[in-house]
Amino acid sequence: MTDVVSSEAIAQKGSYKCDVHKLEEGPPLQAVLTREEGLQYYRTMQTIRRMELKADQLYKQKIIRGFCHLYDGQEACAVGIEAGINLSDHLITAYRAHGYTLTRGGTVREIMAELTGRRGGIAKGKGGSMHMYTKHFYGGNGIVGAQVPLGAGVALTCKYLGKNELCVCLYGDGAANQGQIFETYNMASLWKLPCIFICENNKYGMGTSVERAAASTDYYKRGDFIPGLRVDGMDVLCVREATKFAAEHCRSGKCSSPYVTTFALLIHCSHSYRTRDEIQEVRSKSDPISMLKDRMLSNNMASVEELKEIDVEVRKEIEDAAQFATTDPEPPLDDLCNHIFYNDPPMEVRGTNPWTKLKSVS
Amino acid sequence: MASLRCFLRSGKNAVTAVLRREFHGTPPAAVQVTVRDALNQAMDEELERDERVFLLGEEVAQYDGAYKVSRGLWKKYGDKRIIDTPITEMGFAGIAVGAAMAGLRPICEFMTFNFSMQAIDQVINSAAKTYYMSAGLQSVPIVFRGPNGASAGVAAQHSQCFAAWYGHCPGLKVVSPWSAEDARGLLKSAIRDDNPVVFLENELMYGVPFEMSEEVQSKDFLIPIGKAKIERQGNHITLVSHSRMVSLCLDAAAVLAKEGIECEVINMRTIRPLDAEAIETSIMKTNHLVTVEGGWPQFGIGAEILAWIMEGPAFNYLDAPAVRVTGVDIPMPYAKILEDNSIPQIKDIIFSVKKTLNV
Repeated sequence: MTDVVSSEAIAQKGSYKCDVHKLEEGPPLQAVLTREEGLQYYRTMQTIRRMELKADQLYKQKIIRGFCHLYDGQEACAVGIEAGINLSDHLITAYRAHGYTLTRGGTVREIMAELTGRRGGIAKGKGGSMHMYTKHFYGGNGIVGAQVPLGAGVALTCKYLGKNELCVCLYGDGAANQGQIFETYNMASLWKLPCIFICENNKYGMGTSVERAAASTDYYKRGDFIPGLRVDGMDVLCVREATKFAAEHCRSGKCSSPYVTTFALLIHCSHSYRTRDEIQEVRSKSDPISMLKDRMLSNNMASVEELKEIDVEVRKEIEDAAQFATTDPEPPLDDLCNHIFYNDPPMEVRGTNPWTKLKSVS
Repeated sequence: MASLRCFLRSGKNAVTAVLRREFHGTPPAAVQVTVRDALNQAMDEELERDERVFLLGEEVAQYDGAYKVSRGLWKKYGDKRIIDTPITEMGFAGIAVGAAMAGLRPICEFMTFNFSMQAIDQVINSAAKTYYMSAGLQSVPIVFRGPNGASAGVAAQHSQCFAAWYGHCPGLKVVSPWSAEDARGLLKSAIRDDNPVVFLENELMYGVPFEMSEEVQSKDFLIPIGKAKIERQGNHITLVSHSRMVSLCLDAAAVLAKEGIECEVINMRTIRPLDAEAIETSIMKTNHLVTVEGGWPQFGIGAEILAWIMEGPAFNYLDAPAVRVTGVDIPMPYAKILEDNSIPQIKDIIFSVKKTLNV
């Protein structure tokens, strides 16, 4: 079994290559994938996949309420991006956030328990699907586009404190038309903020296809004066290399300017507004996990049994987490009014009527 | 041993007494300070005290501030800490909130709060609600400040009062200073507060001087957020107000005093959390209430105070219905005569007091 393989496959693969905007050249067309890395990416992607499919099940059973924006099919993005940065870097995304919550340090247990609104949830049941946070991960944001200026603000802090960290600001093709994103491009460029703007283009903004919403679907060019890359978001190595490339340029000491990277994805499954036929078609053509699996098997980096074993372990982890998420009690009622203010003395909060005074602690 | 200690104690006292006699007491040095300068000094001191504090907004740096509130700060602290932004409120407010999430302590200036409407999603959804949504994982130590309410001759789009809008939302603290002392103590408290604070200034008050005692001039002088102040004691009626209207209440009280009517004037200082207790205590003494605000009547500050009083212990002490004096329920007109008649005047307060007291 070979330990290391070079992935010329990137340059040869399919219809996507790396398009560049305002750049002399893009990321290297060759990447090195070690066996350890391959297994880790596989495990993480599979974990996200299984977790999201389980969430889908629970949502259909109405055990998860409200919104549940699923990430299955897009795993290569979250995993590839994380592979291209450090945990000490920062990341913010919109509401399709479960995958990132995991890659940024959350556990499947606390993610699922948050979806089911239990006290063991990552936000103690108070946030739900769209509001999960971990260290250096700023959610989970429900308002389309609002997370992009926030991310640039995080980048401002990185630069201000001189920490050589950067912030990855993710948004979808729908959000890409938001005015505040262009305001952010402007200020990030002016002030040379260390951020990477990443558009995950799954061809649909809510229910509207990109052609009907965007005068230009070249999202990687829409930063105008900001250099951009367009890469295949289904290939975890492409994503990793593009992220690494952008990150290197972002860190202080290099050219310190923001980057727009679009990951063009062909999303399959569970995006609320697709037809069944569309889903089937896409699923059969392009699956990031299958792609990685094939690559590893054909290069003798892992055996079928080994990968199956990972599948079994992942499945067990998800089952345990789902069990926890469906049996953990809901938050206690006396937590209702807590966490309004940080570092404040306890205060009174009015209940639903004048005689009901509830207690709030920080 | 005891006698030695005794001797030392008296000796020490004797020495101080001698010193006191030598440098005989002059009253503490009070100075006249405008609201603008009080805000400027407060920001300067807080910028100096904590490196994480910075100011961003339109014209705050090289222009010294649209209303000169940040005069001299850019010269002293430079580009890193005093940042001129493009005219893009939604973007820069979001950037400020993100910076606060990641560990800095931004002061985000809106040239007036009318422009905050462009950024209100960031103030409410990104700043105010985040600590709760994250169940305590993510705090947002940010101050949004700027002039609020009516100015002079700036017409409808530049004259709205946002106290009620921001006062409505849990997760925010909303502060409305009147005097220079208020401005200084409350802004320092706001900057040191680990939560989002909306700080509503008033353009017409910027140039007004107030006496500031030595105590207030000290670098750690703080006014607690959430506590009102009684600016004038009285027995016959309680006037509750915030910001510039406090001046009018005091002027009205002076006129009424000549007729033997003694008004107790309460300066709210904070809109949210509302110091209902201070108002209730006063009503239990005076038995009458008139609120005075510059903003519109419907769903406003006065409406909220009256509701609190209805629901609380002070209701039984009212000898007459509590009423509100407010701005007229119209967009602000431009012509001076129209503008003057769109906001409460001293005569309106006097009229309402007399009606309430049935005199």
